Amino acid sequence: MAQKKSDTPDAKIPSGPIESKWAKHKMDSALINPANRRKYRVIVVGSGLAGGSAAATLSELGYKVKCFCYQDSPRRAHSIAAQGGINAAKNYQNDGDSVNRLFYDTIKGGDFRSREANVYRLAEVSENIIDQCVAQGVPFAREYGGLLDNRSFGGAQVKRTFYARGQTGQQLLLGAYQALQKEISAGGVEMHSRSEMLDLVTVNGHAKGIVVRDMVSGEITSHAADCVILATGGYGNVFFLSTNAKGCNVMSAYRAHKRGAYFSNPCYTQIHPTCIPVSGDYQSKLTLMSESLRNDGRIWVPKNAEDIGKPAHQISESDRDYYLERKYPSFGNLAPRDIASRSAKEVCDAGLGVGNGGLGVYLDFADSIQRFGKDVISSRYGNLFQMYEKITGEDPYSQPMRIYPAVHYTMGGLWVDYNLMSNVPGLHVLGEANFSDHGANRLGASALMQGLADGYFVISATLPNYLVEETPGSVSTDMPEFREAEERVRDRINKLVSINGSRSVDSFHRELGLLVWDKCGMARNEDGLKEALDKIPAIREEFWENVCVPGDSGNMNKELEKAGRVADFIDFAELLCNDALHREESCGGHFREEYQFTKDDPEVSSGYTNEGEAKRRDEDFAYVAAWGRNEDGTLNLKKEWLEFENVKLATRSYK
Amino acid sequence: MKLTLKVWRQHDPSSEGSIETYEANDIPEEASFLEMLDIVNNGIIEDGGDPIAFDHDCREGICGACSLTINGVPHGKESAITTCQLHMRKFSDGDTIFIEPFRAKAFPVIRDLVVDRSSFDRIIESGGYVSIRTGSAVDANSMPIQKDDADTAFDAATCIGCGACVAACKNASAMLFVSAKAKHLNSLPQGQPEKDRRVLKMVEQMDKEGFGNCTNQYECEAVCPKSIKSEFISELNRQYAAATIKEAIG
Repeated sequence: MAQKKSDTPDAKIPSGPIESKWAKHKMDSALINPANRRKYRVIVVGSGLAGGSAAATLSELGYKVKCFCYQDSPRRAHSIAAQGGINAAKNYQNDGDSVNRLFYDTIKGGDFRSREANVYRLAEVSENIIDQCVAQGVPFAREYGGLLDNRSFGGAQVKRTFYARGQTGQQLLLGAYQALQKEISAGGVEMHSRSEMLDLVTVNGHAKGIVVRDMVSGEITSHAADCVILATGGYGNVFFLSTNAKGCNVMSAYRAHKRGAYFSNPCYTQIHPTCIPVSGDYQSKLTLMSESLRNDGRIWVPKNAEDIGKPAHQISESDRDYYLERKYPSFGNLAPRDIASRSAKEVCDAGLGVGNGGLGVYLDFADSIQRFGKDVISSRYGNLFQMYEKITGEDPYSQPMRIYPAVHYTMGGLWVDYNLMSNVPGLHVLGEANFSDHGANRLGASALMQGLADGYFVISATLPNYLVEETPGSVSTDMPEFREAEERVRDRINKLVSINGSRSVDSFHRELGLLVWDKCGMARNEDGLKEALDKIPAIREEFWENVCVPGDSGNMNKELEKAGRVADFIDFAELLCNDALHREESCGGHFREEYQFTKDDPEVSSGYTNEGEAKRRDEDFAYVAAWGRNEDGTLNLKKEWLEFENVKLATRSYK
Repeated sequence: MKLTLKVWRQHDPSSEGSIETYEANDIPEEASFLEMLDIVNNGIIEDGGDPIAFDHDCREGICGACSLTINGVPHGKESAITTCQLHMRKFSDGDTIFIEPFRAKAFPVIRDLVVDRSSFDRIIESGGYVSIRTGSAVDANSMPIQKDDADTAFDAATCIGCGACVAACKNASAMLFVSAKAKHLNSLPQGQPEKDRRVLKMVEQMDKEGFGNCTNQYECEAVCPKSIKSEFISELNRQYAAATIKEAIG
């Protein structure tokens, strides 16, 4: 296929063979000498794996860092909830892993919609991450010989996942948090917790500061710097129900988008196959059960509709459909997330789902408990089994878990180049908040890897490329740009608290979430997306006329915080649906019902793939969609055509 | 189910708080405790009132944000869970439930049930880390660590920093929190070079923040959502004594 010309800004991908691009780029990158680094001020928004590690590392290098988080402590950022593990191409298991294989698995897992050079770099630095974390005292699981243990994750046939029981994210985040506290103590980082970024400030088109609301006093303040780093996570909560923490939001990224940053591929949303099913309308969030459970659990539903409603143990082995093992014999229960989720939806749509409302499938540990004993299973997944029991009141040691897919991670995010800088000069975006490494589907245990790669190893090398051109300290908060941004923020807050309508913020969020889940969830089609795009403006209109935000803005006001976030989710939902509508193909987490393999396709009749699998259209869509805004606020699409020089574009098969 | 809630309301740090009564009707027993509060808050908002402020985030027991004292017990009387993991099926129709913030001098109330736990951050800042610069680490497998030591370090490292241990203690002592961090890092070879300094600094900061002393009541262990062991406290005391002597004799 002929390479098409991109109209996005230059992605600054270094030339040369892929193995040496990162080394070459580091060599070609600017350096700032230690005495000058302390003159530069860096703002980091977010204190999770990406933001926390970036703030700590940049401070170690001598930059003056201000770090902001909405939580009461940087230790509570949502990275903490990641359960299963972190990938690295260490090949400690001698099972054939390598940087190249991790690179290939990630590109393929992402359904060939990510940038080769970024992914290769990610695989390369994955090894340094494990070294760094172990040196910090992260207590990864070990074997009796004292060396590090590994487990398998979806989309891979090697064991490359490092883990700390079912709390890997917590342990890695505490490592980054402790590094951050060390730098706070050393005076290099000024930490602002319970602080929410409400706008990005640009000066002459460059990102030079932010406007923040102190969530305790309600005070609005401006902060100026020489560059701004956003590490603010994903937008999964646009669906209201997701596995994200309640506070996770798209505001910082969306504010940056309003100030000119391109938003890329929002339609790539990851629905995680193993979550505890929804149990009622009161429900406020969904709980993930780690993918690692699929190492030892077998997923099935009854083969026959008449067995629905029977207790699992009364359904004989021959009457069970282990559908992942049946459809994907090579990967079995470890098929990638998008595929496992859609398969669960398929069997439930066919009326074979179990539990409340038929929206659930079994994840059964009986075989593994028999093989290894209860103690071994408990040592591997004890805390997850306990979590399940607390929520559902059922004992997963004696009956299978019931699981159903739920919104979990978002691959889309702000567009960045190889330096992790957006199209707005000075604005850098790390971790889940950017779009670059996971394509249309992220493999398990790769989010922690990317967050820490960006924060510990990439940004410290690439940031000087921007900073070296800037005069440090050239911007201060008394400039009119800051006054204007503060005014915008105050106006919006005043508007929100003065509407005095009759509906709670949550009721709007639930309404929006249900609509987006229905029409732009696990499967999408043109009619549904158009319907959603018709309905969202009405939700927005009612929100701005009838939302109720009690109290005032001059002190802690949790409803006001939520209202600002939901207002942006409403606008963002439109962008999400527009992206999903324009991408007339299926790939990874974006499944358009119109584009799937049928029995007439040669790939199906030859047995290479199955009927109903996602059908990409590379000729027309092998690009990154980068959404900007015209002056009148309408959307403006730019395309970065992806170049595949090292991996051959192919239909994914996990059979 | 139908419940009567007695909730601590306090407008800001300097105002006087008081217990207010709320009726919670039609609460599904599958709901979590925080979802019950969501339902009550929605009712308050619809009636034009001021909703009850409380901290929460992940709602799956790991971020450590939620911090309610329920019927006098931090995180409620179920063992080894956080407030967000408590479900209404553990209560009975008609129950009266008292809901208060995590109380301690070092955790001042910000509003209603929200307290300021930044004292915990300052304790970690004083020495709860390994001083290693990014990029200077050796290969992860170059330093084998006995599985038992790694597992013990992990058990201590599971602390979520919620502060229930402090709220449960009649002395508002933070010894379980501090000892867990000391145990985590001091059990590992990576933590050895700064072992003494870490213990001295963290204890000093703990005292400065206004936490009380440990008098071996073990309420902390009983309420800890991660079942952190109180034996870490005695170990911290030993390490502190040793470090103090070493410092004195140079």
